[in-house]
Amino acid sequence: MSGMRLQLEDIRKNFGETAVLDGVSLHVREGEFVSILGPSGAGKSTLFQLLTGAEHADGGAISVNGASVSGQNRDLAFMPQRDALMPWRSILDNVTLWLEVQGMTRKAARAKVTPLLGEFGLAGFENHYPAQLSGGMRQRAALLRTVVQERSLLLLDEPFGALDALTRTSMQRWLEVMWKRHRWTALLITHDVREAVFLSDRIYVLSARPARVLHEFQIPLPRPRDGSAKGLQEASAIEAAVLETLLIREQAGGPHP
Amino acid sequence: MAIAGLLLAWQLYAELSGISPTTLPSPWRVAQQAWIHKTALYDNALPTVRATLFGFACSLMTAFLLSILMDFSRPLRRALFPVFIISQTLPLVAIAPLVVLWFGFGLVPKIMLVALVTFFPMLVALVQGYEATEKEIAQLLQSMGASRWRVFWLARLPSALPFFFAGLRISITYAVVGAIFAEYAGAAKGLGIYILNAKNNFRPDLVLAAVGVSATLTLVLFGITVLVQRLAMPWHRFEREQAR
Repeated sequence: MSGMRLQLEDIRKNFGETAVLDGVSLHVREGEFVSILGPSGAGKSTLFQLLTGAEHADGGAISVNGASVSGQNRDLAFMPQRDALMPWRSILDNVTLWLEVQGMTRKAARAKVTPLLGEFGLAGFENHYPAQLSGGMRQRAALLRTVVQERSLLLLDEPFGALDALTRTSMQRWLEVMWKRHRWTALLITHDVREAVFLSDRIYVLSARPARVLHEFQIPLPRPRDGSAKGLQEASAIEAAVLETLLIREQAGGPHP
Repeated sequence: MAIAGLLLAWQLYAELSGISPTTLPSPWRVAQQAWIHKTALYDNALPTVRATLFGFACSLMTAFLLSILMDFSRPLRRALFPVFIISQTLPLVAIAPLVVLWFGFGLVPKIMLVALVTFFPMLVALVQGYEATEKEIAQLLQSMGASRWRVFWLARLPSALPFFFAGLRISITYAVVGAIFAEYAGAAKGLGIYILNAKNNFRPDLVLAAVGVSATLTLVLFGITVLVQRLAMPWHRFEREQAR
């Protein structure tokens, strides 16, 4: 299919006796923002580990840009939970990390990244260490480190989970603006329903372990989603529906309702 | 302050209790005698410093190389660790004369003994430090397609730095003691043999003067490690401020 960036078909994964993923199928099209929402411990992170190549699936197929993936080098850029900035590197050198891993000299990598700092609100902080920055700035640096990789898909693993509520909201708004401007294709893992609804075009809701896709939601809200009264009303209606799906299935008695 | 108080109490006790200076000399007397014998102390301190630094450098390099090998090979780690633990249980009192017997009165046995006492803390600190690498940083590098060696160089090694310096501070204090012990077991020159001779001549004041020199030496070396850490880990300061 054209414009298909990522496709997962019937992915299965067991850890020993425990089934973690029980046939997960989903896809992300070019330019789409898709979220995976699920109860904690449902296997969201396992799914990401399969995508980054840290783990291997026991069954099913993963394809990126129509080609089946195997081995380490995938066309994905990964933004982990918490920022995973290296405390011993300056912000600038954290952001250039991927370029350096690819064999670029530090000097050339710095020159390439420096013009991008302004847009990410990091200008003037390039020589600071991560410990000198606020949580929001650290996350912006982590995102810049991810997009510098110019891969066809961004994998965001609960990127704002560690931030306070206010910072998280402003980061979400900022991310939406940036996503629209740059036409990134993004897959977000979160357990924050509001975050998923605010950012996504589509949401996959996973069941508790072993995880399957319970439901797929379309989010037809207009963009930019700046939080106007009308937008908020529609958003909360969708949030309620998503929440219902999550909670009812959980009450119905776990994995096999 | 604590040291000054302790010295004062000692001085008062030595003067007022009427104890003989050949049993317990006052700190003032120790200082006077140290000044009189300063050339001899200096001449004997030099070989001790040399043995300490060479021995420490040897142990540092060996610990570093082995820690890398052990980080890359789990079987090697399982095989070697018990050997090193056993090496730590060897009583120095027994080992020091043997090493001197085998390798003579020169620099070599001192270097070996200093290396023996400082090697293990350094190795443990490094191996533990590599293990303390944030899992997400390693995972991130893997997702970027970094090789195992790159992950080590970019993430595991810098992550080990705080542990390395903690181990360094412990080791450096052992190092001086190790050198003096080696000299005590047999040497042409050095603080250890100086202490032994002073003791045999019933000069506790000179024993204490030599102890003072070795304590100063340890403090200076300790200070240097703190300074080096500050230079090598400029971000550490901010992390500590943040933790407050």
